[in-house]
Amino acid sequence: MNVAYGDLLRAFLPETCLVAGALLVLAVDLATGRRRARPERMATAAVVGAIAVLAAALGTLAMGTSGAAFGGVLVLDSLSVATRLGVLLLAFLTLLLVGPLVRLPHPAEYVAVLLFATAGLTMMAAAQQLLLAFVALELASLSLYILAGFDKSRPDSAEAALKYFLFGGISAAFLLFGFSLIYGLTGSIELPEIARTLATQPPGPLLAVALVMVLVAFGYKAAAAPFHLWAPDVYQGAPPSSAALIASASKLAGFTLFVRLLWGGLAAPPGVPSWGAVAAILAAVSLLLGNVAALAQTNLRRLLAYSAISHAGALLLGVIVAGRAGPGPLFYYAATYGIATVGAFGVIAVLDRAGGCQTIADLAGLHRRSPLLAGCLAVFVLSLAGIPPLAGFFGKFVVFAEALRAGGLAGAPGWLALLAIAMSAVALYYYLQILKQALVAPASPIASRLAVPATAAAALVAAALLLLGLGLYPSVLLRLFVSG
Amino acid sequence: MNALPWTIYFSFAGALLALVAGTHSAAVARRVALTTALAGLAAAALAAARFVPGPGMQDLQDVAWIPELGIRYHLAADGISLTLVLLTGIAATAGVLFSWNIEERVGEFFALYFALIGGVYGVFLSADAFVLFVFYEIAIVPKYFLIANWGSTNREYGAMKLVLYSFVGSALVLAGLLWAYAAGGGKSFALADLVRTAAGFSRTEQLAMFALVFLGFGILAGLFPFHTWAPTGHVAAPTAASMLLAGVVMKLGAYGCLRVAMPMFPAGLAFWQPAIAWLAIAGILYAGLVALVQEDFKFVIGYSSVSHMGFVLLGLASANPRAVSGAVLQMFSHGVIAGLLFAVVGRMVYERTHTRRLADLQAMPLHRWLPFPALVFVLAGLASMGMPGFSGFPSELTILIGAWKTSPVWALCAGAGVLVAAAFTLRAIQVAFFGRANRHEAPSHRIEAELRTDDNVETTPALATPHHPYAPISWPEKAGALLLIAATVYIGLRPDFLLRWITPALESPMLQAILKGGTP
Repeated sequence: MNVAYGDLLRAFLPETCLVAGALLVLAVDLATGRRRARPERMATAAVVGAIAVLAAALGTLAMGTSGAAFGGVLVLDSLSVATRLGVLLLAFLTLLLVGPLVRLPHPAEYVAVLLFATAGLTMMAAAQQLLLAFVALELASLSLYILAGFDKSRPDSAEAALKYFLFGGISAAFLLFGFSLIYGLTGSIELPEIARTLATQPPGPLLAVALVMVLVAFGYKAAAAPFHLWAPDVYQGAPPSSAALIASASKLAGFTLFVRLLWGGLAAPPGVPSWGAVAAILAAVSLLLGNVAALAQTNLRRLLAYSAISHAGALLLGVIVAGRAGPGPLFYYAATYGIATVGAFGVIAVLDRAGGCQTIADLAGLHRRSPLLAGCLAVFVLSLAGIPPLAGFFGKFVVFAEALRAGGLAGAPGWLALLAIAMSAVALYYYLQILKQALVAPASPIASRLAVPATAAAALVAAALLLLGLGLYPSVLLRLFVSG
Repeated sequence: MNALPWTIYFSFAGALLALVAGTHSAAVARRVALTTALAGLAAAALAAARFVPGPGMQDLQDVAWIPELGIRYHLAADGISLTLVLLTGIAATAGVLFSWNIEERVGEFFALYFALIGGVYGVFLSADAFVLFVFYEIAIVPKYFLIANWGSTNREYGAMKLVLYSFVGSALVLAGLLWAYAAGGGKSFALADLVRTAAGFSRTEQLAMFALVFLGFGILAGLFPFHTWAPTGHVAAPTAASMLLAGVVMKLGAYGCLRVAMPMFPAGLAFWQPAIAWLAIAGILYAGLVALVQEDFKFVIGYSSVSHMGFVLLGLASANPRAVSGAVLQMFSHGVIAGLLFAVVGRMVYERTHTRRLADLQAMPLHRWLPFPALVFVLAGLASMGMPGFSGFPSELTILIGAWKTSPVWALCAGAGVLVAAAFTLRAIQVAFFGRANRHEAPSHRIEAELRTDDNVETTPALATPHHPYAPISWPEKAGALLLIAATVYIGLRPDFLLRWITPALESPMLQAILKGGTP
């Protein structure tokens, strides 16, 4: 393949913007930052980073859905464009939260790594080739490991980073092993080519091994049970803004890559994918374990981690039904879940600055300390719980409806949907435990009123309004996928 | 008729306005709340005045909402919806009047209150199962915060129990509806379409789907043995929430059974009919007997609600036009009467005596200290027992006659429930308001302690003075009580007012198919 650098630049326009932005952040800080206070440096870095993210979003929009790009390495269909925009939105919200809140050493480096992670995630969203998929995944993962461990003053941040890194490293090894088997079987790393070759071959044990390897790796990345063990520690130990990105944008991009890989490359023979059973088991275990374990949590961040595991189960169900229903329901679910999670971690970040927020009891009296935060938190948590008219409800609804539409109760998806519906009643209990503290419990006598920085307030209100708007008009997102 | 959707929008707008107003002043928030409730009631009344009874639901609004799934925002109403919307308007207005004394977080209280009401109005007006379900779930979460924040006894437990039961119910409904939607080809959520496609399902599917959907709605209607959330939750709730929960929200469940579960799965109805009827009778008798031995005044009312809702379920299970029209009438009637009873117990009495123990109340001459609540409670009690002249009489009588047509044994057993209802109501009236107390008998310690705060307690026995220790009944309480009494008496004297709306509605093809036994 002749490398045309013009094509390359155009195909990777958003990533170029992000990487250039990251370098700019570093340069600006190097040039002007040394003489200034740390919060001010962080604010500058965040502003430059946010501009880079906006530029990347404009770049994504400018390219539109132009199909395969750069020799089929990338595909710009509605799913990749939507996922790129979703990732950029989530990164933007995270940056708004990061600016005034995170008091980390090396602010410019933090923002730069965050932008690198975002670049990896946007690349994952569009990758259509195993090699690029792996590189993008690793770029994102390595950046996220650093983000998790960025708070060097706290041992649990280091612990989070180490756990995340070890689990992530192993899953990368699994993924690579699976990819190499697939390459060996088909002689190609291009997904469409792989699909064509596999369709002509009888399914063999080697393919089964490869599929299981890939599923295990994605199970780790998506924090699906039984590969979820890193998630509670990472959510608990990482700085809230890092956890926000890990829990939202990385999920969204990961599931997009996952669905493209499984349905675009490995869904042979069409209609009855051989990996369906494994994915269904992962989904069922995640739904059960995530929801039941969340009941026992007293730490707010660990609770969100277990809730994330249960949501991973529902998202896996979305992956299973994507073959028939298209990626629309999955994308809707993952995007709105990401917005709610960023919001929840944003509230945690504000509280963290004001004296720490680990246990659910730390939320006590939030309605007195800051009605705005309490109201936003209620929207995020109720959306996670799936209460209409918030977007979380419709995400669940559309995934379950498609699961049942795929064959009623004759197949596993139907039963998984019923399980997920039953589990949503369990989930309401622990979500209400959060809101009980935030909205009902009295504030402790020493708790003071909370000041919410303006940008953080804007980000939280925007996230809450997005959840409400997307919940009332879900067609805005679903429509994107009808033709594409 | 086109005024009806405004009930929903007024409520949600009022919720927002009350939230904003509450940050400035409680008094403004109260006025906003009363205006909102009255606006809703006025819209309902206006629609009622222009309503032309007829079979089938009359379209109010029908626009595409989520075309990808075949979901339309479709509101429609028939006589049954209209009856219940009117009830909601009355109960909401009375509830605001009886919450006039709430001082804490007033704006938030009314915001949640009207979010709940908006959801309730929405359910009664939905002609699309998805829309119905969304409104149904919107009504769930506010209940938790209303009870947990402003409630009394054991409120967090009661709130959680009530909300989880409701949510489990709604999860069952969702499972059943989605299953039916998918099995029908997944093209439309319109109730009419669902009914049509469900006719093609196998018998096994119908039985299972009916069980899911009916049980889901039935839990909210207080179906025995899944009723235990109701007394606990209603006792823990603040007065206005108890009034709404028992008066209106339990009707959502019954309405869902009638509007969704029964027409969609006639085979399921036929199969489960005896089971439902016997569960309903068990609920009537069991809850009535439990009410008979309660020590807590509010629990008497809580269990009486379950008992009276048993009549509604029995009427539905009898599946003939007379019984079902009686059931709808009973929904209205019990909505008003339960509101009155909870208002007396929770607001007029408890907020003054700070006790709900019947033993404590028995020690006070409440009929002399609080004559107005005593009078209201006697009237509400008579209505609740089914005395002629009040709405309880025509509704329960119609249900019993209707049930007799389907099975005389059911009617006889449920008739025994009327006696039990009379027993527990009379006991509550007697013990709470006309207790043994007179000046020769020492009041309980608690009352003594309270009376000691009076200046002249040492010299004059408190019971003999005209100055009892309690605040006089305020104007909002009087207005609320009069509104509810007027409603129960008017319908008691002229049940035709509602029946002329309800009866034609039962002749719609959708309901005609499941109701056997000719016109009422």
